[in-house]
Amino acid sequence: MNFEWSAFFDSIPNLLGGARVTVMVALVSLPIGLLIGTIVGIILTYGHKSIRLIAQCYVGLIRGTPMIVQIMFIFFAVPVLLGVRLSGLSAGILALVVNSSAYLAEIVRGGLLAVPKGLQEAGLAMGLPMHRVISSIVGPVAFRRMLPALGNQFIVGLKDTSLLIVIGVGELTRTGQEIMTDNYRAVEVWFAVGLLYLVIISVMTSVFKFIERAGRIS
Amino acid sequence: MSFLEFSGVAKRFGPVEVLKNINLTVDQKEIVFIIGASGSGKSTLLRCINVLETITEGDLIVDGLSVRGTRRDIRRIRLEAGMVFQQFNLFPHLTALENVMFGPLKVRGSSRGEARDLAEQLLVKVGLGDRMANYPSQLSGGQQQRTAIARALAVKPRMMLFDEPTSALDPELRHEVLGVMRQLADEGMTMIVVTHEMKFARDVGTRLLFLEGGTVLHDGEPKLLLADPPSERLSSFLRHVH
Ligand SMILES: Nc1ncnc2c1ncn2[C@@H]1O[C@H](COP(=O)(O)OP(=O)(O)OP(=O)(O)O)[C@@H](O)[C@H]1O
Ligand SMILES: [Mg+2]
Repeated sequence: MNFEWSAFFDSIPNLLGGARVTVMVALVSLPIGLLIGTIVGIILTYGHKSIRLIAQCYVGLIRGTPMIVQIMFIFFAVPVLLGVRLSGLSAGILALVVNSSAYLAEIVRGGLLAVPKGLQEAGLAMGLPMHRVISSIVGPVAFRRMLPALGNQFIVGLKDTSLLIVIGVGELTRTGQEIMTDNYRAVEVWFAVGLLYLVIISVMTSVFKFIERAGRIS
Repeated sequence: MSFLEFSGVAKRFGPVEVLKNINLTVDQKEIVFIIGASGSGKSTLLRCINVLETITEGDLIVDGLSVRGTRRDIRRIRLEAGMVFQQFNLFPHLTALENVMFGPLKVRGSSRGEARDLAEQLLVKVGLGDRMANYPSQLSGGQQQRTAIARALAVKPRMMLFDEPTSALDPELRHEVLGVMRQLADEGMTMIVVTHEMKFARDVGTRLLFLEGGTVLHDGEPKLLLADPPSERLSSFLRHVH
């Protein structure tokens, strides 16, 4: 077979449009997911029994079901249950927020637990209340150590946007699918799609590397 | 009224009674050394004072405040009682200077300028004037422990609690930490020190407690107790630490 460069290049403008949606969805949902994941992770680590149980159920439910089922549920079932209308895009963003927050919560919990107990005691012994021990000492120390795992989860989250194809969100994978049904150039199109994901993720990786370096000691 | 008053203090971890009916008073400017075998309850006794452990029976008054008091009382006790740990427990993401500035900034409400002045002054005092910009990972054990002492002092405590401050250090690094502690003692700081450094306890201490199985078996003048142990328990303990 011959690789038709023109099919490759012709697909790029449309694919870039899809890539924009992919990046936009990830850029909106993953930071919100991190915020919620941080709160849930703190509850999992330090929360009182009852509220911790709720957080554990939340994480268990999300991690115990496939993301595609979550996407379907939010897009098709939630509107029925609550009588609201959700666009594919907002359902997709919501699904990614919910899904990533559960995994990020576990990373946050692991990070907080890995901080030596002595640092917490040193903070408490100075007369700092517990919430400020967490925000000024344990949190910042844990965050630095968590960065590689957080970066990894962001990469997973970005790629998970491709699952939104099932509810018709015009992200990168869906755009590739549409072009291919149009021109039947599977090799060129999926090659281009893969390449664009690679570029996006490389940029994301560099951003995390940069943050890691900025926070590194010595 | 004494600075510290233990009355009938007991501490249990589950079914295990680690401190039993401790009655003790400590006055200001006393330098109290606590010795005893591993597991005798030395750390627990110390940690009850600043409420890192909560007592299960009796009462413990620190400068007029009960360790069973409100959260605010407990925080005030902790401001009065600086603690130095065996493992230093410096904040790894902050430089030596930032570690020492931490207390003034976060619990004493000092301005950055005030905190910096005080921290620099204290680091110079513990002999680390040239190490202020280093992170804990870039300091030797002795330097880390001296930073930790400066960090505790920066909160302006009226009493210092030391839990085996030199046990994690190589022998040749111990004297630099002991030197700083001796200086503090000379300045009239009230100190309670858990240690295995018998010579230091004899030279610097005004009082020595020997703990055995969660009770204070001996309480007296360090020189007397160490020169002439009143019990077989103490003499055999001293033989083991040599
Ligand atoms: N958090 C805890 N939970 C259960 N038991 C504990 C806890 N902390 C201490 N203990 C027990 O209490 C006893 C006294 O401990 P403590 O740390 O006060 O001894 P120590 O005299 O400081 O010993 P060492 O010289 O080894 O430091 C030990 O038997 C220990 O196992
Ligand atoms: Mg101990």
